Amino acid sequence: MNKKLLSGPYTLWMIGFTIIPLALIVYYGLTDRSGAFTLANIIAITTAEHSKALWLSLGLSFVSTLICLILAYPLAMVLRAKGVGQGSFIVFIFILPMWMNFLLRTLAWQTLLEKNGVINGILTTLHLPTQNLINTPGAIVLGMVYNFLPFMVLPIYNVLVKIDDNVINAAKDLGANFTQVLLRILLPLSVPGIVSGITMVFVPALTTFVISNLLGGSKILLIGNVIEQEFTKGSNWNLGSGLSLVLMFFILISMALIAKYDKNGEGSTF
Amino acid sequence: MKKRLFKVAAAAAVAVLSAALLNGCGKSADKTGGAGEVYVYNWGEYIDESVIEQFEEETGIKVVYDMFETNEEMYPVIEAGGVKYDAVCPSDYMIQKMIENNMLAEINFDNVPNIKEIDKPFMEMTKSFDPENKYSAPYCWGTVGILYNTSMVAPEDVPTSWLDLWDEKFDDNILMQDSVRDAFMIALKPLGYSMNTTSREELAEARDLLIEQKPLVQAYVIDQVRDKMIGGEAALGVIYSGEMLYIQQEVADLGLDYTLEYVIPEEGTCLWLDSWVIPANAPNKENAEKWINFLLRPDIAKKNFDYITYATPNKGAFDMLEPEIQNNKAIFPDVSTFKDFEVFKYLGDDVDSIYNDFWKEVKSK
Repeated sequence: MNKKLLSGPYTLWMIGFTIIPLALIVYYGLTDRSGAFTLANIIAITTAEHSKALWLSLGLSFVSTLICLILAYPLAMVLRAKGVGQGSFIVFIFILPMWMNFLLRTLAWQTLLEKNGVINGILTTLHLPTQNLINTPGAIVLGMVYNFLPFMVLPIYNVLVKIDDNVINAAKDLGANFTQVLLRILLPLSVPGIVSGITMVFVPALTTFVISNLLGGSKILLIGNVIEQEFTKGSNWNLGSGLSLVLMFFILISMALIAKYDKNGEGSTF
Repeated sequence: MKKRLFKVAAAAAVAVLSAALLNGCGKSADKTGGAGEVYVYNWGEYIDESVIEQFEEETGIKVVYDMFETNEEMYPVIEAGGVKYDAVCPSDYMIQKMIENNMLAEINFDNVPNIKEIDKPFMEMTKSFDPENKYSAPYCWGTVGILYNTSMVAPEDVPTSWLDLWDEKFDDNILMQDSVRDAFMIALKPLGYSMNTTSREELAEARDLLIEQKPLVQAYVIDQVRDKMIGGEAALGVIYSGEMLYIQQEVADLGLDYTLEYVIPEEGTCLWLDSWVIPANAPNKENAEKWINFLLRPDIAKKNFDYITYATPNKGAFDMLEPEIQNNKAIFPDVSTFKDFEVFKYLGDDVDSIYNDFWKEVKSK
């Protein structure tokens, strides 16, 4: 009885802020303006604009996730080698920018990449030709990598520090070189962290609309932008919810992956 | 019908939450005496806050003040009625939509004598969305035009037409408005169509024109036009006239080696008007009328103009301004040239979705 009472606030929280909103999205997604059942909002993903936006989003998030992984894994290995004190300090430095607002950080990138921005200013001073950086898919990928990299580093780091040094030493004793240790010991043992990191980067990258608005100049339409437009400008909550459901399908796939590879929850970030 | 139920449930949840919050700090409400309260719902940054205090002091009515960011965000809140507002300040086309859906109460102008301060042309303009001037009292107005950078645009290239935004000389140097109706207005006007068109064919032509323009466009932005133009990022930008006073001030303060000038293209433009209305379910209608009357008082309207810098339709307030501001054509364009101007109208959900679908096609190209 007492335990039930104590769980009350959390149950309320979950019902109020997870289950009811989710139910509302499902409801809106499967009805039309008059409230009648329809699948039209889901099927709408097959129109040329929507599917193009979806594939573009999938593509850009895939590239960002891959870059994050390539950057994060060596970093996590370095942090592991540094030991607890130094390692945690570097992790701390890494998380520091996350104390600032996400929007501010993205706006800062805008100032850096603009035609008359900081980077082009430096190039001009060095008498180098200016670069067209902003409003390109590359700028969007950069924004995604910058904002989501910590979400890749932390789970991988958390898994790597838990690997017993003796395991690695044993491998070396048995004649394994660095590549063999990496490929046959470290990588297999850190799969839960990698999978968790991939999800933590891929999901927000797939759904973002702020980064593509600010760094893409709204010229590149991602699926997140389509959904945002339906809610804020189109007043078509039904279509917006329907497309969100389609996105949720892709997110569920990545969740299923986590469940498959991360059975013990070792890769959890915090 | 079910949809409404959901909305009511959601609104009720919000109301319960906010009531719980308000109870904590709302105790002082009783101190203001028997004059009661007025619930005001306005755009963000759209009033000089000292005006609210002055109103409370002069009338003893307590103001509960909330803000919204877009008309589309405001509408469902009023529709659900979870929080009952007494005075709201939407734009032209949204007022028309609210009138059509019986969501507004007629204002008793016997209680708002200051309506006489509003310049005649604006009462005429109001008729395009409030045909009998029964529901709304004008607050701010403005136009949409092209802002250009004098150092990047040669004197012979100074824009005179919307089609100058299709000039290949300005490749990657054009900032467009990232809002559906404004963007289509820019393409419909040079085609010779009304910006309130409901014809699918005319809209398709406009869409094709916008797709043709896209490669030249640097970015589609809304509020950032201002800062990007000040920073010299682009040669041409589509902007709301209300930003001009701030821009001119900022350019002067920064000591830039260029200036930014505002032109209204010859094909005419969109003229917008934000007006005060009273929702049909307002619990304190008389207080709302006092509030509106107060805002229409010339000295108060001037105070608000000084803060918001969006043009005021208030003749009394206009007369109090410095001559150089009165003659600033960017802010107060000549009323006599208004023949090609149009005010946005609400076109119904079905036409709205044509606009939205076409806009998505432009954006995804």
